[in-house]
Amino acid sequence: MSLGKTNKYLGGFLIAFFLTAAFLGWVWTPFDPLAVDLRSKLQAPGAVHPLGTDEYGRDVLSRLLAAARTSVTISILTVSFAVFFGIILGSVSGYARGWVDRVVMLFTDTLLAFPSILLALALLSILGANMYGVVLALGFAYMPTVTRVVRGAVMSLREQEFIEASRLMGHPVLYTLRCHIVPNCLAPVIVIATSMFGSVLLTESALSFLGLGVPPPAPTWGNMLASARPYMGQAAWLGIFPGLCISMTLLGINLLGDYIRDRFDPRMRGL
Amino acid sequence: MHDHSALLRVKDLELGIAGKPDSQIVRNASFEIRPGEIVGLVGESGSGKTMLGRSIIGLQPGAIVRQSGAVYFRGQELSEMTGKELRKLRGADIGMVFQEPMTSLNPSMTIGRQLAEPLRVHTKLSVSERRTKIIDIMNRVGIPSPEARLNDYPHEFSGGMRQRIMLAAAMLLKPALLIADEPTTALDALVQREVLELMVELTRDNGTAMILISHDLPMVARYCERVMVMRQGEIVETGPTDRILANPMHEYTRNLLAAMPERGPVRSFADESKPVVEVRDLKVDYVSRAGLFARAAHKQALSGVNLSVRRGEVVAVVGASGSGKTTLGRAIAQLIPSSGGEIRFRDMPVEKGAENWMDYRLNCQMIFQDPFGSLDPRFTIRRILSEALYHERDLSDDAREERVRRAVREVGLEDAHLDRLPHEMSGGQRQRVAIARAIISEPDFVIADEAVSALDVTVRAQVLRLLADLQHRHGFSCLFISHDLGVVEQLADRVVVMRDGMIVEQGLRDRVFDAPQSDYTRALLSAIPTLERTETGVELSWRFDAQEAGTHGVMQ
Repeated sequence: MSLGKTNKYLGGFLIAFFLTAAFLGWVWTPFDPLAVDLRSKLQAPGAVHPLGTDEYGRDVLSRLLAAARTSVTISILTVSFAVFFGIILGSVSGYARGWVDRVVMLFTDTLLAFPSILLALALLSILGANMYGVVLALGFAYMPTVTRVVRGAVMSLREQEFIEASRLMGHPVLYTLRCHIVPNCLAPVIVIATSMFGSVLLTESALSFLGLGVPPPAPTWGNMLASARPYMGQAAWLGIFPGLCISMTLLGINLLGDYIRDRFDPRMRGL
Repeated sequence: MHDHSALLRVKDLELGIAGKPDSQIVRNASFEIRPGEIVGLVGESGSGKTMLGRSIIGLQPGAIVRQSGAVYFRGQELSEMTGKELRKLRGADIGMVFQEPMTSLNPSMTIGRQLAEPLRVHTKLSVSERRTKIIDIMNRVGIPSPEARLNDYPHEFSGGMRQRIMLAAAMLLKPALLIADEPTTALDALVQREVLELMVELTRDNGTAMILISHDLPMVARYCERVMVMRQGEIVETGPTDRILANPMHEYTRNLLAAMPERGPVRSFADESKPVVEVRDLKVDYVSRAGLFARAAHKQALSGVNLSVRRGEVVAVVGASGSGKTTLGRAIAQLIPSSGGEIRFRDMPVEKGAENWMDYRLNCQMIFQDPFGSLDPRFTIRRILSEALYHERDLSDDAREERVRRAVREVGLEDAHLDRLPHEMSGGQRQRVAIARAIISEPDFVIADEAVSALDVTVRAQVLRLLADLQHRHGFSCLFISHDLGVVEQLADRVVVMRDGMIVEQGLRDRVFDAPQSDYTRALLSAIPTLERTETGVELSWRFDAQEAGTHGVMQ
């Protein structure tokens, strides 16, 4: 149980820290994250620039804060997209069964067959590299997982007697789905959604690193890491700080995710 | 008070949850079992009877520990024995038969090997000696052609056969004590009697003492010389069966006896009164999906059922498991599609999309068996009930609330229950909510599918009384599906007996119960002991003798 508490507090602290950073990046940054100042380029961390400056003399701290905001926005939008459409597709296919189910599952399994980053790459080359392109591409890539989980939960739920009772009371199908079925299969969805935040963040960073994410000069942790590569020898802080941001956020999400999973695990209930 | 002839002596035994000294699952249990004696341990779910039985041979779950007291077997304290000595005792001297015959046999081992196991562990017999012994005992428990079946796996046997095999395994070493925990609860009534009678016969022949743990007082009373009644972890009454039946001392025992169903009054219905629901030649097929090497198989679950329920009438559907009675209920409620025949409601055929479809849907409500599965775990009772008024759109919020409150009071609950969630209520209370939900919209027709089967005896009696009461007051027609003939006798006006998806007999209740016409009905009735009230107390009887009823003939 003490391990669970560590998960909860450490994970919660890390997530709260980065969420605050994202909020701060939205309202205030010490410098303009886009302002180029070639005179002060590649400065080591110091009094004026706590985390140093990059090859164009932009303040790294300001860029990290702005990037946090972009990353959090992208993650939230992507996960919401995947969860929303995943629930719709999954519950419809699990409840209707028959040919509807087969069509949805064909579509889902086809999407699942691709590695999500490959799928996102393909979609991005069609949609064009901008923030909403990234959201849409990643949302599509992550939707099938949610669809699968929801479908499974709905299939076992629809055999339950309270669903049959709802049919007997003459409730429309949509009402039954909305009021009885979806709320009862949310627990596993919340668990996947948590861990999905982490992978979306990572994939988004990877996409930016590959130059297919949010286009420069807007900062993201991924493209900051990518542009730091040529300067690793002379200005290591350029790579270290974005890298730390990515890994610490991931750690926080995973710890909190473990805690949430334990909370929703039926075997842990009532303890 | 020091009786050296006792085989098993339990003294002041207290069981609790490990690490929680004030949690008590069994309190102050003291009793003795003499050699060769058959003793019943009766109690409702949660009374601690299973834990008490298991703790005798140290098989209770790990979280449960003995807090104090002593268990002596042949004068030896069990907790002082080493693991090795205990293992020697189990099987060889104390045998155990569990409730679930499917899970207590290893599914991946042949019956022959499983039966050989105790002999291999506890005796030094040779392979061929073991084989003769096994075939002997299999013959003894009535497994046909045992030589041929030694290499079969448990799933190739029926539930009753599997329980016979369990019994054979337990009796192979002729233990001095057999602990049977609900040995026949999972079996059909017909098979139940046969297995129990076999058990009693075998233990008597071998001089084995038996503790028969069960929730079914008449069943236990039938076979046991002595009965112990348990409640909330305490043995509240112990005594000879006759005395307990005739003159129960403890209030709880009296409640248990009073809860036994008895025949309800005869009500007459005018012959010309029109049926509310009528079923003509109803058929239901189950189609198994065609596999790679298999063609789609059709299994007929209902093959042509004709049935009618008149206004205000309670029609019971009885039959063994697999007889299609549940399928019938679901097909009439149109929860599963029928593959032939017709359902008529108020003399109009019911069909999906037809004009009277919604009317029928709202007028045909159902009470399900499982009070845990039939209520949405996330809904409060208020929401569950007001949801049943979904189609009464022009109801104001106040009027809706008023209806909900009335319904809740009508089923014997209070307004305070309205804000509870299902898991905050007991099984009986949940079933009351399920009943309230079914009747709140004042339907003409209610299908109760094993509506009281999951409840404990005393709660069952209360819910049954409530159901009968509501039926009288509202006058809805009711299709009461049950395997429990006692309950049916109390409630039904007419009885329909089903077997293999067909109706074998139907008629007025008294006629079917007193003068059954088909052998199958007679066998069903003969399988259940009844308690009859006389001036001196309660007397136990069978309705028909098994042999006379030809149980065996029907079973094959």
